[in-house]
Amino acid sequence: MHAIEKILARASGKDSVRAGEIVNCRVDLAEVNDLYPQTIHSFYEMGGRRVHSPDRITFILDHYAPASSIQQAENQKFMREFCREQGIELLFDVNSGVCHQVMVDHGLVYPGMVLIATDSHTTTHGALGAFGTGVGATDLAVILATGHLWLRVPEILRIHLTGRLSVGVYAKDVILHIIGRLGADYAIYKAVEFTGPVVKELSVSERMALCNMTTEMGAKCAYIQPDQVTLGFLKGKVKRNLEPVETDPDFQYAEELFFDVSAIPPQLAVPSSVDNVRPLSELVGTPVHQAYLGSCTGGRAEDLAVAARILKGRRVHKDTRLVVVPASRDVFLEALQRGDVAALVEAGATFVTPGCAACLGTHEGILAAGEVCIASTNRNFPGRMGHTQSAVYLGSPAAVAAAALNGRITDPCEILAELERKES
Amino acid sequence: MKRILEGRAHVFGNNLDTDQIYPGQYLELVTAEEIGRHAMEGVDPRFVKNFRPGDIIVGGTNFGCGSSREHAAIALRAVGAGGIVAESFARIFYRNAVNLGLPVLVCPGVSRRVSSGDRLVVDLEKGRVRNATTGVEMEAEPLTEVVFEILESGGIKPLVKRQLAALHAQSR
Ligand code: SF4
Repeated sequence: MHAIEKILARASGKDSVRAGEIVNCRVDLAEVNDLYPQTIHSFYEMGGRRVHSPDRITFILDHYAPASSIQQAENQKFMREFCREQGIELLFDVNSGVCHQVMVDHGLVYPGMVLIATDSHTTTHGALGAFGTGVGATDLAVILATGHLWLRVPEILRIHLTGRLSVGVYAKDVILHIIGRLGADYAIYKAVEFTGPVVKELSVSERMALCNMTTEMGAKCAYIQPDQVTLGFLKGKVKRNLEPVETDPDFQYAEELFFDVSAIPPQLAVPSSVDNVRPLSELVGTPVHQAYLGSCTGGRAEDLAVAARILKGRRVHKDTRLVVVPASRDVFLEALQRGDVAALVEAGATFVTPGCAACLGTHEGILAAGEVCIASTNRNFPGRMGHTQSAVYLGSPAAVAAAALNGRITDPCEILAELERKES
Repeated sequence: MKRILEGRAHVFGNNLDTDQIYPGQYLELVTAEEIGRHAMEGVDPRFVKNFRPGDIIVGGTNFGCGSSREHAAIALRAVGAGGIVAESFARIFYRNAVNLGLPVLVCPGVSRRVSSGDRLVVDLEKGRVRNATTGVEMEAEPLTEVVFEILESGGIKPLVKRQLAALHAQSR
């Protein structure tokens, strides 16, 4: 069996499971975000009285953090009251950040767990060896009521990454390249596992970016086998024994794909779909009105650090605004301590409360008609970040910072190579 | 659940995402009625005006991709969609629709063989789709047992409600 199958087998009390089978899984952690008061309504409509396991439920107020309309405030208030009434202690309020980062920061994510959230990017947690998948409000309500959820055991697609990343090329470029090659529906219902020497060298932050975006290929979940990097990262964070599950050596993948990352230059997904990917070099010079650094894909401390490296002692171009949204409070604190926040603010960046902000076009940095944005986020559907006539290019945090500096799409490799020359 | 659906087709392309089915700016709305007013607004602002209850939505591949927002499925149910037939569905959207009791059927080739305005007859049990306007017959993938059971119950809420009631009765 594959590690993912073993996780689902354990959760459903079976010795073994196979792809295509429907299993009823006990959920180790269910997360609800503030887009989904519907979850609570559905819970009551189902005849729910007390939630099944309050200690396995977390509410995170991130999409509207802090509220910018009365309706949003009402929805958040409703959720806080529900948590209080039901004895749900894991309530992360508007001072916390994006759910995926918050759960990891707080040690709620560990290898071998089943994590279900009302958010499509729950695939992120495969980076830590967890089974993470997104569902809608009503499915989540079923978990509140019963502690369980039915799932179809996915076929598993393995993506093996070899070669070496060039300076200025990141996990984000790799995943954009892969999505561009395979298409937005390549992995529907499937699990995507990343293996190979490149993955071993990636930080947890980069692994999270990789797994996060498998959602944009339709994947149900992602997976990276926990190793020393994972365990080192989790040590001290997670208060339980870490027992990663391993895939049997004779496991047969539904499909295996190979990519040599040495040949991948910086990439951009161009408007208006995530699989519309081109080498950034073809778009150099395109003017941008806004550069957006943030989200559960590209708003971690490492992402802010590379942006600060590019912008330190310089100015954001006068025709461009740089909006920075740390993914969480912990990320924000780390970036503050490293001096990256100061460097970015001095360069002219606008900082926004940790959370989802304009990533989904609801507040704090949304776009007007005709505006162009380069973002370290994960989606560029029409209207995703504001007006349906605005355009979003998706790239790495370095590409976002480079564009902020010049007011146009710029190859971050050249800037970073020059910085390296100066430093040596 | 009606096992045979009949209605006018409204055809959409591949990768129709939830931001187009239900734009993010309306996510804070709560009632189905309010939500329904913005159905498909991101792709066709006239959709709600032209749509009649019982009409059938036809999609390309990866229908409903993007976010997990249940609003997308709620909106389509609220306008009275009889069901959705597509080349393939994004998984969260698929689950959301089933949970709400909105029938969804995977039918390879459907988006090429149906034009907006055609009359469709969909047999959910047999997995057949007939274009009554052109006479073309299509095979759909049969629904799994779990999905069929949820749809038959009118969505997952009534189903879980029954299960919970049985549990509560037992523990009494
Ligand atoms: S940051 Fe963006 S992609 Fe991530 S959970 Fe928030 S809205 Fe979704």
